[in-house]
Order: sequence, then structure tokens, then C-alpha cells
Amino acid sequence: MSLPLFSFIFAMWVLIIIGGGLMVVFIGPLSFSGDGQLDPLINSGVKVLIAMILIFIWVLTLLKIKNWIFRKIVNS
Amino acid sequence: MEQLIIPAIIAIAVAFFSVYGLTPFVIRALEKRNITVVDVNKKQKTMVARPGGLSIIVGMELSLIILYIFFPISEILAVILTTFFAFIVGIIDDKKTMGGWFKPVALAFCSAPILLLGAYDSNLAFPLFGTVQIPLLYMALVVFMIPIMGNTINSIDVLNGVASGFITIASFALSACLFIIQNYEVGIICLCLAFSSLAFYKYHKFPSKIFPGDSGAITFGVAYGGIAIIGGVEVISAIAILPAIINSFLFLSSVKKIVEHREIKNPVTHTDDWKLQSTSEKHAPITLVRLLIAKKPLTEKQIGYEIFKLGIFSGILAIITAFMMGVNI
Repeated sequence: MSLPLFSFIFAMWVLIIIGGGLMVVFIGPLSFSGDGQLDPLINSGVKVLIAMILIFIWVLTLLKIKNWIFRKIVNS
Repeated sequence: MEQLIIPAIIAIAVAFFSVYGLTPFVIRALEKRNITVVDVNKKQKTMVARPGGLSIIVGMELSLIILYIFFPISEILAVILTTFFAFIVGIIDDKKTMGGWFKPVALAFCSAPILLLGAYDSNLAFPLFGTVQIPLLYMALVVFMIPIMGNTINSIDVLNGVASGFITIASFALSACLFIIQNYEVGIICLCLAFSSLAFYKYHKFPSKIFPGDSGAITFGVAYGGIAIIGGVEVISAIAILPAIINSFLFLSSVKKIVEHREIKNPVTHTDDWKLQSTSEKHAPITLVRLLIAKKPLTEKQIGYEIFKLGIFSGILAIITAFMMGVNI
């Protein structure tokens, strides 16, 4: 049994649930009112940008966890 | 619910028995024409028939066409077409090794039936917190998800039986999730995939008599991705294949570019007793298999079982997530 890998999968699962919560609670209700017809486009664009930043943070966190797990496996 | 039982039994039986019955003929036909490859992880030089995508696509398409006759809904048609187009992309890649970007781009076009038939719901559902409406972003998600799923399953097709065994576990877990959230029609479609891959596993398991090739592995992955989209279970489906996602993630984070997997250095070597061990090659990519054997060398069969254990663990997490879908904080 590769315990560190099970921990990695569990960590990914927790990050997915937290990330989903952030999407629904904070990003979903965001609304930017501005120039008439452009509103839906601006709203979607800003939400995409925030989602991309969140994914970037998610990947960075996973990279840190992966490096820690790989070091742990190699050192054991 | 009762009216679904008989069509479901017929479609599932067709999915299983057509792949189970057709694959030996495909193996013989490929061997007769010398369309075989060396199984690199065997001590004796063993030639194995490849690709076995034909029997997989026949099983999948026949079962889905039967379901479509009973329930003519656009969701089933979308999966039929998307999976078929993905199989064509896979066959092209089997015949002629294409560049690293060919598959992702070609598979992105395969998502067209889902978009054109409107076989999706632009609400993205998350456990505990509810849904978020992202109409424009969701269309982009569909275009990205099909190639990602296809390539993710293709990238885990590295050892005897792993791709078919892993997708069997994941699709049974996803079927259970779809039944939990009471999406019965799509749950039955997913069972067709599960039984097709289970039948193929009989011939693909260690020691393999046939390899799925790109056409088989991509068909599995794209069918799985298509089912996830039409069933509105994108997050759950990703959780069920987390070990395969980890494999792609490790690979991309170490290689740092999209390349055809045949172009890169093999991350594993063999011991004297023909177990697999991690290579000392500095530039070889980190993969799930390499992590599993980093501590000590394992046999091909042992590694396969370790990956299946990870798959079962992810499947359980996916089922827990499906139960969490009904709970709102």
C-alpha cells in the first residue's frame, strides 16, 4: 500500500471540494454592471479570470504536496 | 424507472458480449496481418496484437444504438457520435504516430456533437455548495474536457490491463454515483461503458493478448468524458479518475510541455528478475508508475493491482461526493 499516494488523492479531493465551494459562494454570484449589452461578456470574462487564478493556486498547492510526497517516498 | 430495466439489461448484455465475442476475432485478424507490437515488460520477446479499439467501439456503439432506439434522446446520440469521432482520431494515431498536439486538437473537435445537440446543462454542480451557472465558460469546459479525458486514460495505458481495468472501476463508480443522484438513463449509458471495458479487460489483463492502442484507450476516455458531461457529473467523474489525473499531472509537471508519450524517455527499467524499477535517468518524467516503484521494484502485475487499489479508493471518494451532492450547507 502506497500511503503517500492515497494521501495525495485525498488532498486533491479536499482541494476540489474547497475550490468548488469558492466557485459557488464567491465567484458565481459576482456581477459587474456596466455598458448594456457587454454585461454578460464582462461577467463571464471576469469569472473566467478568477477561475484561472484559482486553478493556478490549486496547481501550485498540488505541486508543493507532490514534491513533499516524492521526497518522503525517496527518503523512506 | 421500471420501463428502463429491460432496455438496460439488453444494452448492457450487448455491450459485454459483443466485446467479449468480437475481441478474439480481432486478435486473430491482427496477428494474421502481423499488426503486433513487442510487450516491453516481458522477459521473453512477446508480440501482442494492437490496436483493439475496434471491438471496444463496436460494443459501445451497438449498446448505445439499442438504448437510443428505446429512448431517442439527444444525450445518447451525442455520446454515440463523440465516441465514434474519437475512435477515428485514435485509429489515425495508431496507424501513424502524430505530433503531441494532434490528439488534443482533434479531440477538441470531437466535442462538437455534444455542443451542437445541446446535450449539456451549463450549471456546474459542486458537492455541499450547490451549482454555479457558467453558460459561456461551460462551452469551453466541454471543448477542454473531451481531449483531457481521452488523453488522461490514454496516458495510463502503460501496463497490461491497467487502462481497461481502471476505466472499469471508474465507470462502475460513476454509474453508482449517477444512480445515487437519480440520473438513471445516463447511469445505464455508463454501465454500458463499464461492461464493455470489463469484457475487454478479460483479454487485456496480465499477460495481455491484445493492447487497446490509442483507438481503444481514447474511446474509453472520451466515452467517459461524454457521459460525465451529459450526466452533469463533471466534478464526480474527475474524482473517480484521480489516479489517472495525478499521472498526467506528474507527467506534465516534470516534462513541462505536451508531447507524444512515445517521444519521451522511459521512466522505468528492469531488474535482473524482470521487476520494474525507477530509472536513474535524470530527464525521465515522473509518472504514477515511477512513484509506485520509487521505494522498491515491483512486478508488472503488482503495479497493476496497486493502481486498481488507488482507483477503488477514488471511486469510493466519488460515491461519497455523490451523496454530498444532496446536502447543501
